[in-house]
Amino acid sequence: MDRRKFLIGGAALGCSAAASPLVTPVALAAAPGENRLIVIILRGAMDGLDVLRPLHDPAYAALRPKLHDGRHLNLDGQWGANPALEPLLPLWQAGEVGAVHAVSTPYRDKRSHFDGQDILEAGVLDIGGGATGWLNRLLTTLPPGAAETAYAIGREHMAILAGEAPAARWSPDANLRLTPAVQRLLERVYHDDPLFRDAADQAIAIAAQVKADEAATESATDDTMMGAPVGNGVHVKVADFAAARLRGETRIASFSIGGWDTHQNQRNGLRRPLQQLAETILTLKARLGPVWGQTAVLCLTEFGRTAAENGTGGTDHGTGGAMIYAGGAMRGGQIAGDWPGLREADLYQRRDLMPTQDVRALAGWVMRGMFGTSAAALTETVFPGLELGQDPKLLH
Amino acid sequence: MLGIGGILPAVAGITRAELCPWRIDRFALLTCFHMFGSGSTGQTMTFDPTLAMIRFGTGLGPRFAPPPSAVRMMSDLRGEDDMAQAFPVAGFATVEPSHAALIWINRQTRAARDTPSEEAAQAARQQLRALIGPARRTTHLAMLARAVDAPHGLRERLVAFWADHFTVIRRSSETAHLVGAFVEDAIRPHVAGRFSDMLRAVVTHPMMLLYLEQFRSIGPGSQRGRRRNAGLNENLARELLELHLLGVDGSYDQRDVRELAELLTGMTYGPQRGFYYDPARAEPGAETVLGRTFGADATLENVLAAMDDLARLPETVAHLARKMAVHFVADDPPADLVAAMTAAFDDRGDLGDLTNAMLAHPAAWAATRQKVRRPQEFITAALRALGVTGAEILRATNGDYRRLLTRPLRIMGQPWQEPPGPDGWPERAEDWIIPQGVAGRISWAMQAPIRIRPALPDPRDFVRDALGDLATEDVIFAANAAESRQDGVGVVLASAAFQRR
Repeated sequence: MDRRKFLIGGAALGCSAAASPLVTPVALAAAPGENRLIVIILRGAMDGLDVLRPLHDPAYAALRPKLHDGRHLNLDGQWGANPALEPLLPLWQAGEVGAVHAVSTPYRDKRSHFDGQDILEAGVLDIGGGATGWLNRLLTTLPPGAAETAYAIGREHMAILAGEAPAARWSPDANLRLTPAVQRLLERVYHDDPLFRDAADQAIAIAAQVKADEAATESATDDTMMGAPVGNGVHVKVADFAAARLRGETRIASFSIGGWDTHQNQRNGLRRPLQQLAETILTLKARLGPVWGQTAVLCLTEFGRTAAENGTGGTDHGTGGAMIYAGGAMRGGQIAGDWPGLREADLYQRRDLMPTQDVRALAGWVMRGMFGTSAAALTETVFPGLELGQDPKLLH
Repeated sequence: MLGIGGILPAVAGITRAELCPWRIDRFALLTCFHMFGSGSTGQTMTFDPTLAMIRFGTGLGPRFAPPPSAVRMMSDLRGEDDMAQAFPVAGFATVEPSHAALIWINRQTRAARDTPSEEAAQAARQQLRALIGPARRTTHLAMLARAVDAPHGLRERLVAFWADHFTVIRRSSETAHLVGAFVEDAIRPHVAGRFSDMLRAVVTHPMMLLYLEQFRSIGPGSQRGRRRNAGLNENLARELLELHLLGVDGSYDQRDVRELAELLTGMTYGPQRGFYYDPARAEPGAETVLGRTFGADATLENVLAAMDDLARLPETVAHLARKMAVHFVADDPPADLVAAMTAAFDDRGDLGDLTNAMLAHPAAWAATRQKVRRPQEFITAALRALGVTGAEILRATNGDYRRLLTRPLRIMGQPWQEPPGPDGWPERAEDWIIPQGVAGRISWAMQAPIRIRPALPDPRDFVRDALGDLATEDVIFAANAAESRQDGVGVVLASAAFQRR
């Protein structure tokens, strides 16, 4: 069949035709199973201690005189959630959102965002030239599947998916709006250059798909199993786009949410990123519809923040933090982890929450459960040198 | 549905070269003959004015007459740097706000915590930091204005190439506006000079010392190392061997990295002092790198002499010659081109000689344009084709700067001065021409020109302004058939013919 169909056929712009190529790419090998993994990178270092407050720790209140304002959502008597997470309470109660506290990557001491994120995404400490991302290395351990198996989404470069294995990439705000006349002209000027022709074909197909998804949302007759996106803004578009891909051939998606670097006035500063995170998770749930039950969402940040608040109502770069997770495949409704305590002697360098678990091991066990990745593949390929440790049993 | 099945793996990175090594336009076949000399008429391709502007310069435009010869391009390159004078960019020593001031005010603010002056200190800090963004924008616009106004732009392309070779990325918000200063200080003055001079300037520049963490490296056996239990940081040493000098396939091992790291100790930076050599950090004793023994005494001259030596190693020379050919000519450049460039560069270690050897070689003028313009090059070339001037660039509003430049560059995959790592931007056309990147290019081509030039040129003229005698029949047809000037200009700019170089 003529691969230029998308550009030429007027029908290709219609809703149904535009939707079909990416949703049912017949020529592609089967994707590895039905489970979905979404990794959200929280750039800027989320303050785990303010997002999930250890009410049970006697040292907590003294460390956080301004931030511990009593307005938390009481989760279970032991833990309080930041009030901005209220929209996620129903999911907490349904066991579809949870967290592991006192976790970190192996990165220590220098507390640089750039290095911290590089190490988080590379999954190794050595991030010299040519480092690949751990989700990409996971792909290399999976049976060969569709090129669309993994998707990096958004404007940011997602180093976590960089590497040799094929992974798609798209930013919903790339916003390709073309008239049929311009499309025909573009078809003509790309006709003899396969590199441009194929990339443009796919760009137009993806843009048409996004448009079709939007139309389907508006008509709402599309699928009664699916709800509407929650909230507005780029983050919701990204989540909606991710969900649309994951309903199709995609099994792994990654994107980021920024705004966590709250050195000052954190009570206000955390509100926006937490709201975005909540809306992202709610949109994923709504738009994934029935496949939410087979989905794991891991929210990872480069490091935590200081145990004590600073003089400007914020917190500074620290070490241990929290990993929030969600999804119908996950065992939520719990704050898991090995709590180290917040007495000065318990802190890392008498300063930061002591990490008691490597966040890579948690992600490793989730991948093991979702994709059947072997322990050897996890500790040799995905996270070389990792101690996998005990199964944290985060999956159902 | 075979169609999409065929498309997806290609997009996802399966090597297209295996499927179709020679492509693009109707000249493709012709070019194969030229490049391999098989079946050729005996005529050798040499200098071509249009290709000179597109492959080695910043693009054609109605304001510029292409250079008549490679000799002329080289004499311009070796002559005065007119563009630097027309559009000045501050170096590290004079840039405002200075790194020293930004670090100083951070300390002042920390010291003022929980004191009556806390609020005032915070306010002063915010005021100073508010200047970082505008300084970064000013530098970006000045560098763009140079590329837009340069008669052919060979120097601007070389500056971009060598700045990418010695990639520096800001590591903190305090240095976000200082990468341009690094390029201005350490790269630009040397693009037609000795490579060893560029190397010396790079390894002693505060931004490189900060980026690759040389400033914190301390010899374990040094005075400070013994006292403070501090240690080596091998980052700069490793990247020097792997990226800047020998290349990743070079014949060095971890011992060479460590020895070089020990040799580099003493080179450091402090915000108030600037670059300095601190003997108290220098690892004592001679170091042996690649079988050569350097510097028994801890002095800066010994370190720099070692740099001079490593700069002239045959592996370094061959690595750099090939890298330049890959960047300008083809991902897999003809061996005789690389050999000619290597020989010319090896003679005196002069980067002007290296560039000259490339421009003098017939293979550099092959008609097939295998490379694609990077997003920054694409926007630059489009502005030139539209007849925009450097002075107009400097007048861009904040909104236009974001809408027409920084945001589109990000979507196209090349956020300004934010490459993915120390190895810089990817080279292969396949790394750039992915769906999102093409969508960004098409969107810019269709929407930006009318914002920049409300009275757009007639697309039939514009196709000649933009492509000269490289305009293909398809592009000319599309320019003629467009419904509006906006569509016509947009399709010309979005075309593969315009994107390739």
